Amino acid sequence: MKGIIATIILLTGSVVTAFLLPHLKTPIILALSYGLAALGISVLMRAGQVSFGHAMYVCLAAYSVAFIAKAYPGIDGLVLIVCGVAISTIAGAIIGIFVSKYREIFFGMLNLAISMVLFAVIGKYYNITGGSDGMMISRPSFIGFELERDGFETLLLITTTVSILLVTYFIERFFNSPAGKFLCAIKTNETRLEYIGVSARFVFWKGYVISSSLCGLAGAIFALVQGLVTPEMGYWLKSGELVFISLLGGVAHSFGAIIGAMAFEFLKMYAAILMTDYWHMILGSTLILIIYFAPGGISGWLKNKKYI
Amino acid sequence: MSDLLKTTNLNLSFGSIVVADNIDFSLKEGERLAVIGQNGAGKTTFINICTGLIRPDSGNIYFADEDITKKSARAIVKMGMVRSFQLPQVYSEHTVRECIELSLAARDNKTSLFKSLSSCVDQKEVYEVLTSIQLLDRSDVLAGSLPEGHKKLLDIAMALVLRPRLLIMDEPTSGVSSQEKHEIMRILMGVLDKYKVTSIFVEHDIDIVSQYATRVAAWISGAIAADGAPDMVLNDPVIQEQVLGQSFSRTEPNMNTVKLVKGVS
Amino acid sequence: MNSGILTLALLDGVSYAGMLFIVSLGLTFIFGVTNILNVAHGSLYACGGYATASIGLWLMGNDGGIINSIFSIIAGTLLVGVIVGLILEYLLRFFEKKPPILQLIITFAFFMILEDVQRLIWGTSPYFVSTIVGEMGNVEVLGVFYTNYQLIVLPGAAVIIYFILNWFLKHSLLGKKIVAVTHNKEVAVGMGVDAKKIKKITFIIGGLLGAFGGALASPTTSMVPGISADIIVLSFAVVATAGLGQVTGALIAALIIGIFRSLSIYLYPELEVVIPYVIMGTVLLFKPQGLFTVEKARRI
Ligand SMILES: Nc1ncnc2c1ncn2[C@@H]1O[C@H](COP(=O)(O)OP(=O)(O)O)[C@@H](O)[C@H]1O
Ligand SMILES: [Mg+2]
Repeated sequence: MKGIIATIILLTGSVVTAFLLPHLKTPIILALSYGLAALGISVLMRAGQVSFGHAMYVCLAAYSVAFIAKAYPGIDGLVLIVCGVAISTIAGAIIGIFVSKYREIFFGMLNLAISMVLFAVIGKYYNITGGSDGMMISRPSFIGFELERDGFETLLLITTTVSILLVTYFIERFFNSPAGKFLCAIKTNETRLEYIGVSARFVFWKGYVISSSLCGLAGAIFALVQGLVTPEMGYWLKSGELVFISLLGGVAHSFGAIIGAMAFEFLKMYAAILMTDYWHMILGSTLILIIYFAPGGISGWLKNKKYI
Repeated sequence: MSDLLKTTNLNLSFGSIVVADNIDFSLKEGERLAVIGQNGAGKTTFINICTGLIRPDSGNIYFADEDITKKSARAIVKMGMVRSFQLPQVYSEHTVRECIELSLAARDNKTSLFKSLSSCVDQKEVYEVLTSIQLLDRSDVLAGSLPEGHKKLLDIAMALVLRPRLLIMDEPTSGVSSQEKHEIMRILMGVLDKYKVTSIFVEHDIDIVSQYATRVAAWISGAIAADGAPDMVLNDPVIQEQVLGQSFSRTEPNMNTVKLVKGVS
Repeated sequence: MNSGILTLALLDGVSYAGMLFIVSLGLTFIFGVTNILNVAHGSLYACGGYATASIGLWLMGNDGGIINSIFSIIAGTLLVGVIVGLILEYLLRFFEKKPPILQLIITFAFFMILEDVQRLIWGTSPYFVSTIVGEMGNVEVLGVFYTNYQLIVLPGAAVIIYFILNWFLKHSLLGKKIVAVTHNKEVAVGMGVDAKKIKKITFIIGGLLGAFGGALASPTTSMVPGISADIIVLSFAVVATAGLGQVTGALIAALIIGIFRSLSIYLYPELEVVIPYVIMGTVLLFKPQGLFTVEKARRI
């Protein structure tokens, strides 16, 4: 419960900030959608697994949005989001059938490999995907409203905020449900799971599908707010960033991924201005420091202190 | 009555070590079989083969007249043959209560993504189970932090609540002090009787074997060297020499102290 | 398809496989001994390549020649392999008790740091010094002209390293100690093996192999930013196809992936990047532990 309250405070803070400082509106929406994707990574981390390729679902949803928007001009933004999520969920369900058999290093690297294939394919088929230049998405109507850039972003911010509230609520329920607890058992004792008659693979598959739809949601929002999708969104570096956010925020509560994303986005924004050349270095060093000093991330720390 | 568990011509070797040497074995409903044998005799391997963890090189396994040789561990569990482990297998980052609840949820096919685990299972049953293994006061402790003996009980409980037809326990009382062994067996056998569960248990303590088993099978180098009523097997000179150790004798004065089979580390 | 192209593709494949094997060997070796999948291995390759090219350029200022090229390969390998290998080993000491996947993330973090280090030192323009390839000349094989460097040096180096490593592990005292730690660390330590030292040596050997792969590749491949990521994924594909920790397996897997990759470059260029993953995926689909993994001892 405390966690949900913390999430609400965080989201209210973000929305208020976005209204007071309009130039931060876009970064805040981007950060929040990053948080959704990182939450997807956190779901897998509960099972002790790390994927190094989940940006592919972000990318896939973003490209789906771009394609559909191009094919059906005039389609509503909300419909685009739903389509993006649906497509990445279906992709996750199919890829999941294959990767749910693998654990740890194999799991992480297989996801990486699949995402590299997607990245390469998008880059290669220039005439369909626009290659490395990506695809533009002209601003659609949203929930029936034809809006200017600012109004559109406000509506998108509200949609994102509401989605996060719903998603954190459902994910927390999931973590406490039998399926969620089975998922955590994969981390500690898969053999035992099989010996009480539970298919660890199926349990993990469900977690994988959930994670891919969260990443899809993030990607769809991302595409709309940026108005541009590029293959970079699915590059391994992006997947690495998602893992980073998830570790930074910690998996003790779904709130962690959101606050982790906020911290990350603003760190990035200022690092990008002050020292572009050292960005990866900062990222890498911070990652090492977090794992050393605060293995539970922000939410783990807050939970220890009984704040959430 | 037909056999509950039956194996025919089971063979398995790891490289040059033969761990299952043409094992023909059968178990009837209602039996309580103790398996004895030195370390490395192949007892655990036999259990692993029967429960689908490893496949035999040749031979067949039948459970309730169905061929389960090629079935997965999970499918075998669903058919009613469950096990506990020599090294207790619990979910170290779940609480004791959750460990039990997860088994109950698995038994009743509760796989909701939304309802909480504790509301999916019958809390009265959870309470009863925790009470019977005397872990009620530790129910919110992480299973991984329990002492070995308690882990073992929890491991067995996680198997037992599945309401199996056959429960196989691999050294349920090892790692437990000798006074506690009898206590544990008493509790266990009470529950097994109550739910009419047929059972196999691997045991090194001869007192326990003679007190609780209705039948004893002795393993020597991957083969069953003797199989029958406890008195008969335990008094067999070959078994006494090769399995129980030469010094062992049923009439020794210190009979009530724990006598471990030689070779146990 | 004419036979000339086929020959060319095969030769390319074998020579690429030689380089790939050397790099993958480093990856699989470190994994086999320490259970750590070193993502920064790709950076070792890149740094090794960059360093060799830099040293080469610096030397060529005076005089080209094979000797200088060979010297730059050796110097680049040693410099990068030892220094980066040791830094990585030192870094990982702080995380010894963490689960393998977190240790992997540490190597990933180190990899990100090295990406920027590379950019700071070498910039973003490609590095490419092919003097040695020209100096060594061409040879005619089945009707096609092929460089001696790619035909002999790359596969030759791979084969020599394969035999040296096998000999080292089987017959030298140090090698035997490494094998002992691989099989059972506790027992090996009990018998007086200094596990810390073994780990250090393992990282140096692994680092040298990674850097050597890059050094050997530098005359035929230009070093550009992002190459570390390509190589780590490619060598992981080799290692996973073979089975983690398998030396002979890695040789065979590198050959398979190398040859199929270059066939696709000639026949279906758009499939090039996908081929290694398709091979890995297909193998893992049927043998989740890789082609050559022997079953692990059970833990329950
Ligand atoms: N996976 C395995 N690989 C190789 N040898 C094994 C494996 N599992 C068991 N063994 C060997 O098989 C023999 C029987 O072991 P086990 O069944 O555990 O004996 P017990 O349970 O009677 O003590 C032992 O010698 C053991 O070392
Ligand atoms: Mg045993």
